[in-house]
Amino acid sequence: MLYKTSVSRKIFLVFDYLILILMGLSCFLPLLHVLALSFSSSSAATAGKVGLLPVGLNLSSYRYVAAKPEFWRAAGISLLRVLIGVPLQMLVTVMIAYPLSKDKNEFKGRSIYLWFFVVTMFFSGGLVPTYLTINALGLIDNFFALILPGMVSMFNVIILLNFFRGLPRELEEAAQIDGAGYWTCLWKIFVPLSKPAMATLVLFSAVGHWNAWFDGLIYMNKTSNYPLQSYLQTVVVAKDLSMITSAEMMSLKDISDQTNRAAQVFLAMLPIICVYPFLQKYFTKGIVLGSVKG
Amino acid sequence: MRKSVEFNVAGFRIYFVMKGAIYLMLQKNAIGSADQKKARTNKVRLQLPLHLMMIPGIVLVVLFCYIPMFGIVMAFQDYNPLLGFFKSPWVGLDNFIYMFSMPDTLQVVWNTLYIAILKIIGNLLVPVVVALLLNEIGSRVFQRSLQTIIYLPYFLSWIILATVFIDILSPSSGAVNKILGYLGVEPIYFLGDQKWFPLTMVFTDIWKGFGYGTIVYLAALTGIDPTLYEAAVIDGANRWQQTWHVTLPGIRSTVILMMTLQLGNVLNAGFDQIFNLLSPVVYKTGDIIDTLVYRMGLINTQYSLATAVGLFKSVISMILIALSYWLADKFANYRIF
Repeated sequence: MLYKTSVSRKIFLVFDYLILILMGLSCFLPLLHVLALSFSSSSAATAGKVGLLPVGLNLSSYRYVAAKPEFWRAAGISLLRVLIGVPLQMLVTVMIAYPLSKDKNEFKGRSIYLWFFVVTMFFSGGLVPTYLTINALGLIDNFFALILPGMVSMFNVIILLNFFRGLPRELEEAAQIDGAGYWTCLWKIFVPLSKPAMATLVLFSAVGHWNAWFDGLIYMNKTSNYPLQSYLQTVVVAKDLSMITSAEMMSLKDISDQTNRAAQVFLAMLPIICVYPFLQKYFTKGIVLGSVKG
Repeated sequence: MRKSVEFNVAGFRIYFVMKGAIYLMLQKNAIGSADQKKARTNKVRLQLPLHLMMIPGIVLVVLFCYIPMFGIVMAFQDYNPLLGFFKSPWVGLDNFIYMFSMPDTLQVVWNTLYIAILKIIGNLLVPVVVALLLNEIGSRVFQRSLQTIIYLPYFLSWIILATVFIDILSPSSGAVNKILGYLGVEPIYFLGDQKWFPLTMVFTDIWKGFGYGTIVYLAALTGIDPTLYEAAVIDGANRWQQTWHVTLPGIRSTVILMMTLQLGNVLNAGFDQIFNLLSPVVYKTGDIIDTLVYRMGLINTQYSLATAVGLFKSVISMILIALSYWLADKFANYRIF
């Protein structure tokens, strides 16, 4: 480096580190607080004594959650929706993106198809008409109401379409000369070659399914059909008393509501926190794929 | 009478155009040999798999996007679920007139604009500043780990974050008010005070999203040609001058792009967030179009009115999104496909 580190530069760097560390802490400490709260005793929690470390360390709130079948049922539905929803969404995304990545003369009617899909990015029927449509299709209280309506994500299609277009055309031409059809080309060439882009889309779609709550809330009438986040919305955020039976009301007296909530919320974010550090590369790539297209 | 004449003229014009087109087509066919024709049908048959692949997507989009769009007609009806779309009485623009005559509507539109615009500005400025600060730091390890931490909240749902914020922003036991207490500030009820609620929404939204923006701008910063800095140093530029003359111009196009693409969000104040943090005490400053539509439509089952309000929002949003893509194409050479 050509410039020397002057005193003012050193002062600047100290403040720079300080500001950034404070920002990092602001993102991390609230989550640590939830964790501490979930292990604390209820009296300490209600008294507001819990900071970043548990006060009166105990497992009673986790025992409470463990004995709560509604929580695990909802978690199971969320897991199922990730396991079924993500592969289905990827399948449809690939099958739309591949033809649209072709030239106009190779795929007749490309622009008509493209506009047909792009319109959905600009305009939607809105909350009530969509709800009434789902209702009319008989999907209320049906697990697939959580999967089918969001299956075609045009943003994902466009990301994949652009990726497909960036792959060398010669590969496909060579395969076609050897007699491979479009299906073979798609599954044997395009899908394997776009693994990095696909991994990112899978990850974002999985996080989206895990975090989705509004569809569960409006399309499911029975609370036993709620995915985890919708369940948490009613139990933890809205504190819906209809879900708490009178027997539970009794137990709520001796166990603090606050620590139980913290335990449930912590368990709900645990899968993301566990996966996140290992797949950070793909999470970061998602941004660059999505917004600063190459 | 006059109308029918005009219609006839138009009709004739269409007739002539059609005739010309058919004539041209016939000629083309006559010229094209049998081989070419065969090649064309072959080509269509070859392309058939591509068309077949689109079918599942088309079915889904028709069912879940286009059919609801036709449901918008009920904004112009007095929709009754028992009568359905076809028998419900038409009321023209009554729902829209009623909507604007309600005293709450203007307040709600204002709340939406206020919160959304502050969020757009904050979500633009904070990540740029953080990216610049992070860029000044030499340690790659520090850069990478900080990036990882600040990006984490982006992946947590507002359900989870709402619980966290309700807890730490509480006036009696919340951590934020405790820290403010040490500084001698009276406790603030961030989520229950009409004055503070919109700002709390803006602040917490920026908190959740700034890690995402920072990574976008860091990517743009690493794309700046290092020889530009070397040239600047040779010309005697100090750190500030380098930032001003090299770094900022280097990310200008990305900033402009992100800004234009945000234009479509002017009426999106963030339903997921506000729905989970809103309480009736702060409806006056915190109620936004989306939460109003939800309450009207799904809680009070005023289907037509809710659809009218929703339509008002989505038409304006559609125009803004189209405008933003046009601007992005014109000024940043950015096309989504």
